Amino acid sequence: MGLKQDSSEEHAKQNQDCFECWFPFYTFDNLSDPMEKWLSFGKQLPYDSGIDKQFLAAPIKSSVDKYQLVPEFLKVRGLVKQHLDSFNYFVNVGIQKIVSANDRIVSSVDPSIYIRFNSVKIGEPSIPRDGVSEKITPQLCRLSDMTVHSRKSYPKIRLEKKNVIIGRMPIMLRSCCCVLYGKDEAQLAELGDVDTGTTKKRIIIDSDKKGNINASVTSSTEERKSKTVILMEKGQMYLHLNQFVNKIPIMIVMKAMGMESDQEVVQMVGRDPRYSDLLLPSIRECAKHGVYTKQQALEHLEAKVKKSTYSGASSEKVFFLFFVRVRRDSFRAKCIYVAVMLRRMIDAYLNKDTMDDKDYVGNKRLELSGQLISLLFEDLFKSMIEEVKKRMDMNMARLSRSSRFDPLQYVHGDSISAGLERTLSTGNFNIKRFRMDRKGMTQVLARLSFIGTLGHMTRISPQFEKSRKVSGPRALQPSQWGMLCPCDTPEGEACGLVKNLALMTHVTTDEEEGPLISLCYCLGVEDLELLSGEELHTPNSFLVIFNGLILGKHQRPQRFATAMRKLRRAGKIGEFVSVFVNEKQGRVYVVPDGSGDKNCSILKTGSINKRCVYIASDGGRVCRPLVIADKGISRIKEHHMKELLDGVRTFDDFLRDGLMEYLDVNEENNALIALYEGKSTPATTHIEIEPFTILGICAGLIPFPHHNQSPRNTYQCAMGKQAMGNIAYNQLFRMDTLLYLLVYPQRPLLTTKTIELVGYDKLGAGQNATVAVMSYSGYDIEDAIVMNKSSLDRGFGRCIVLKRCSAIRQKYENNTEDRIIRPNREGDGAGRMQILDDDGIAAPGEIIRPGDIYINKETPIITRGPTVSPAGLPDRAYRPSIQTFKGPEGESCVVDKVALFNDKNNNLCIKFSIRHTRRPEVGDKFSSRHGQKGVCGTIVQQEDFPFSERGICPDLIMNPHGFPR
Amino acid sequence: MAKKDEPMSEGEEETEAESISESESESQSLSGGGESKGGLEYIMSLPDVPTKLPPHMELQRTRVFCNADAPIHTDTVQYSGAFAALGEDNSFRLDHFRKNFRIEVMRYSEDDMEFDMIGIDPALANAFRRILIAEVPTMAIEKVLIANNTSVVQDEVLAHRLGLIPISVDPRLFEYADNNAPNERNTIVFKLHAHCERVKGERRRHTVKANDLKWLPNGSEFLLESGDSNSNSTSKPKTHTSFSCSQDSLPEFSNNPIGFKGKLNDIIIAKLGSGQEIELEAHAVKGIGKTHAKWSPVATTWYRMLPEVVLLEEIEDEMAEKLKSKCPVGVFDIEDIANGKKKLTVARPRACTLCRECIREGEEGEKRVSLRRVKDHFIFTIESTGALPPDVLFTEAVKILESKCERVISDLS
Repeated sequence: MGLKQDSSEEHAKQNQDCFECWFPFYTFDNLSDPMEKWLSFGKQLPYDSGIDKQFLAAPIKSSVDKYQLVPEFLKVRGLVKQHLDSFNYFVNVGIQKIVSANDRIVSSVDPSIYIRFNSVKIGEPSIPRDGVSEKITPQLCRLSDMTVHSRKSYPKIRLEKKNVIIGRMPIMLRSCCCVLYGKDEAQLAELGDVDTGTTKKRIIIDSDKKGNINASVTSSTEERKSKTVILMEKGQMYLHLNQFVNKIPIMIVMKAMGMESDQEVVQMVGRDPRYSDLLLPSIRECAKHGVYTKQQALEHLEAKVKKSTYSGASSEKVFFLFFVRVRRDSFRAKCIYVAVMLRRMIDAYLNKDTMDDKDYVGNKRLELSGQLISLLFEDLFKSMIEEVKKRMDMNMARLSRSSRFDPLQYVHGDSISAGLERTLSTGNFNIKRFRMDRKGMTQVLARLSFIGTLGHMTRISPQFEKSRKVSGPRALQPSQWGMLCPCDTPEGEACGLVKNLALMTHVTTDEEEGPLISLCYCLGVEDLELLSGEELHTPNSFLVIFNGLILGKHQRPQRFATAMRKLRRAGKIGEFVSVFVNEKQGRVYVVPDGSGDKNCSILKTGSINKRCVYIASDGGRVCRPLVIADKGISRIKEHHMKELLDGVRTFDDFLRDGLMEYLDVNEENNALIALYEGKSTPATTHIEIEPFTILGICAGLIPFPHHNQSPRNTYQCAMGKQAMGNIAYNQLFRMDTLLYLLVYPQRPLLTTKTIELVGYDKLGAGQNATVAVMSYSGYDIEDAIVMNKSSLDRGFGRCIVLKRCSAIRQKYENNTEDRIIRPNREGDGAGRMQILDDDGIAAPGEIIRPGDIYINKETPIITRGPTVSPAGLPDRAYRPSIQTFKGPEGESCVVDKVALFNDKNNNLCIKFSIRHTRRPEVGDKFSSRHGQKGVCGTIVQQEDFPFSERGICPDLIMNPHGFPR
Repeated sequence: MAKKDEPMSEGEEETEAESISESESESQSLSGGGESKGGLEYIMSLPDVPTKLPPHMELQRTRVFCNADAPIHTDTVQYSGAFAALGEDNSFRLDHFRKNFRIEVMRYSEDDMEFDMIGIDPALANAFRRILIAEVPTMAIEKVLIANNTSVVQDEVLAHRLGLIPISVDPRLFEYADNNAPNERNTIVFKLHAHCERVKGERRRHTVKANDLKWLPNGSEFLLESGDSNSNSTSKPKTHTSFSCSQDSLPEFSNNPIGFKGKLNDIIIAKLGSGQEIELEAHAVKGIGKTHAKWSPVATTWYRMLPEVVLLEEIEDEMAEKLKSKCPVGVFDIEDIANGKKKLTVARPRACTLCRECIREGEEGEKRVSLRRVKDHFIFTIESTGALPPDVLFTEAVKILESKCERVISDLS
């Protein structure tokens, strides 16, 4: 009889055998290889006729290691440079533009009296204190709550003549106005708002819920913002505009703009019989209304204008497509624009493929803080001007003036300062002038972890509501390759809507349009004015569209585009100007010719309006740098990289020398981008710098993301932000409401290139744990983990929680004031006052228990009424208003720091930072770097823990059943 | 039995089993012709009646077989009558244990040792391991009185770090403090006063190490706040400890001041920036590792069963080279035999960590090499933290186990 073993025991032994499999730590070098397999689809092999022997025999191209460009790029641009760029643009250019566009306040009573703003300047960050303005630093603001939510310092806007202060401006940290600008202190930028939304200024052809096709143009300028929609209903086309009561037949609009002849309209849209067939019902409708002339059309329109808003305004003033400039009362440009819209609609009607993709990243614009602030500033500035004007007029209207009239006394910045501050602190952008009413535009920067902060600054949130049950915008768009991180998106309702920028993405700022337009004309663009409707759509000619505006047409688009690109590479025009030739050839329609035989007649329809050259210089486009390749050979050579390493060449030199350039999403469509140099073909125009840059900051921290199931990477992106560790270099001097720090944070043993780039190895979060994978004790089911008590005793997972309490010594209207007095050392209540110093304020380093008094404050009983001298007030005029510490029972907390400062109203304010050191306990959440979270199920003594052949005892045990397969 | 001595080198078990059945049938035929004295004793005394287990059973009883997929025969048979049918008495016999139990020290140094414990039940070996980790007492800093700490290290963290420093003192000379007032028999007091001077134009750094902790044989120097000064004007002022005499007057410590030895002196407590200061007093008491890991006298201690690597067939030339290179710890060696041929030998079976690389090929691999563990032979390693030498720790562990047994016996009787 053999010895049969108890099966359960055998099972247990087998499991014990498992504890040899620790989490493997791989070395880094083999990363590029699997990545290559994963990412290579930007490349085509020459596979024409069997094996190309020459190709095989050719020496392998030595690919230049371009990795060094990434840190160099980040050195120049920084991870959050897009915010700073946009803010700097506003401060340096935008604000000046706004002021000079509205530089005069003319009294309507006496036009000879006016105020003129010469220029505008932003001073140094400062704070007025007792009449003297003091320079301030962000640290001071942070400590002293000066700027409530936005945490920005306030410099002044001055007017040069007489230097009138027109307002105080919140400043973005690290921007060119900030004291930290240009200093390479390791202080991190802290922004008050991370508000990026998307807006479109393109013709978007889309079908609405009823399946009707409509074309819409959303546009905004420094004056106003509108959306023009042309829609098709029951075969007829209408214009929909907010200013009209209901929709207007399109032909009436055309007639109102001077296109009285139907033939001209049809010519402008296109002579194809199918176009005119579709236009016919609209023409008929127009005739039904009895509108034949311009005058009739205008009268018809006037009847439909919303009376409440523009009562008595002539219909000439109805703004639509207002960004198309009306030159000398000629509506021709507008007519052409409308015609192009109509044409595209009809195209879409005939062929669904020509519908624009709403979710295409190239059609989206990001709004950064600079743009939003400039909008806000403009509104407030105009309101101020109106106010000043009203006051001036009022004063002028009075006949007898006793004092000397100084109109400048009305110019003061209170309304601007207050408006800016209010909007930033509430986040509600309610700008009537631009019909903008958005909530939650500012967010307080997440400061719970370093990665959380960085991740927050690269976040993109959509404008529209998240509750919409749509799948389109949530899906991963192929066009977001390299621009937006494919992994980093939250789960749940905002899934796919909230996105994050990839590592190398840059967001453009506005660029001067005038010179670019004239350049276009110089390069052979035929002006729209000079073209007849017929000429507009001749085959082989391309429309040139500049920032959504039709400039004209060009006969040789490729040549034009090449010329523009050459100028850009040479640095003659801005590096972020994009040139995109949409060459989508006329679709091939197969029209059966009725004879029934297989030889179908093939009709080539050049859908001309698809054949456009788009030039964009507007702000908010996303773009990224790429290496230029000539016939598949990279322009960057080994010696360039060597120069870079030696420090004689910077990233900007690469751009200036035309070795690299920025491509936006549209221009990427004209490029053939190879992932690696070795995989390029003669058709390749660009080469990627590094493949890992398609990931964002959060996803870049995951080691071997390509070995993970894809949702794990998404989970990790959300979870990496919650990791405890270091927050910033100034973490111990901060007075945040809540701060979590790890006592012994560690640098990860296995780092990725992104980790080194973002500085996660310096400001890391988390610890390297020894993990055993085995079933143990039953307290580890459902992703729970078992922890080693001795590891916890030795400091594993120990963390510090810093909470803030504050107190104010309030001043009252009768000149009395709260007082903080010496604690009573004897008698009852003395026990609760043990931690107080003689000045009545808790001392740092004292252990504070729930119920302890941390400030011995007294408030005067009478705070209203006639002024009293505070010195003469007797003790009985005060009642105690002590503040006691409320914390969980049984936790021993320590007063970490005490800060005293004056707040905005010049009251003495005292902040206490209360520290509590915690060790992990049952129920705490732990996670690996692969979206593998679990709660601590039980804590077990070390002697009960498994140990390996070499005596290693793990810190925690994970259940193998919890691993995703 | 002649075969017993060389079972490992034999090939497959089946052949062994066959040979046994042959011998058994032989013995039966012989016993038929013997005299009859009657009773079991007589039968047992017959020369052909097997008094030992058959070799394959013996192997299963004493060895764990580590196959590529899982180890088998992992249990130790406890029941005394488990092999009664085969005539084997499996009961535990003290004299046998006494005779067979051996300890062979393999490596010994100041703070770690490795020894073989042979002829012992795994439960007992494990008991020693557990007692060493959790129940052998040491002295460790439990209470820290901080007078001043302006360093970046927070008070709690500083106290925690101090607690984990091993103190080189024999804990047997002290009593458990329990709830007694701290006195010279249960408390060791250390003082730490470190300061980093501020020098203009210089960024000074100062590292506070364990040897900055100074032993105070007279107990605490910090005065108790609550003691009213006027009544105690004549007597000694009250401090946080109540030492009746100085510890260095005690014979144990008179020539042997308490402190840290060797490398323990270099343990970093904190780093100070210029102008920062730490002033504190640390009170060390006796405790056990079960309460907190700082009282554990060992960094770790563990055992492993003696590995036994058996080549089941002659492995030569290429295969030999292959197997040799496969083993990451160098268990195998190559021996030159005649005509330029090479043969694989097992040179260092003790080094085997059971990675099973050599048998990973599946069936083939398992036929060539057999990895086994001897069930009652333990390679025991103790890594002391430095308070006591490892051999003393082990004897302490034995004493603790002894007292536990005595307690059970006394409770039962």
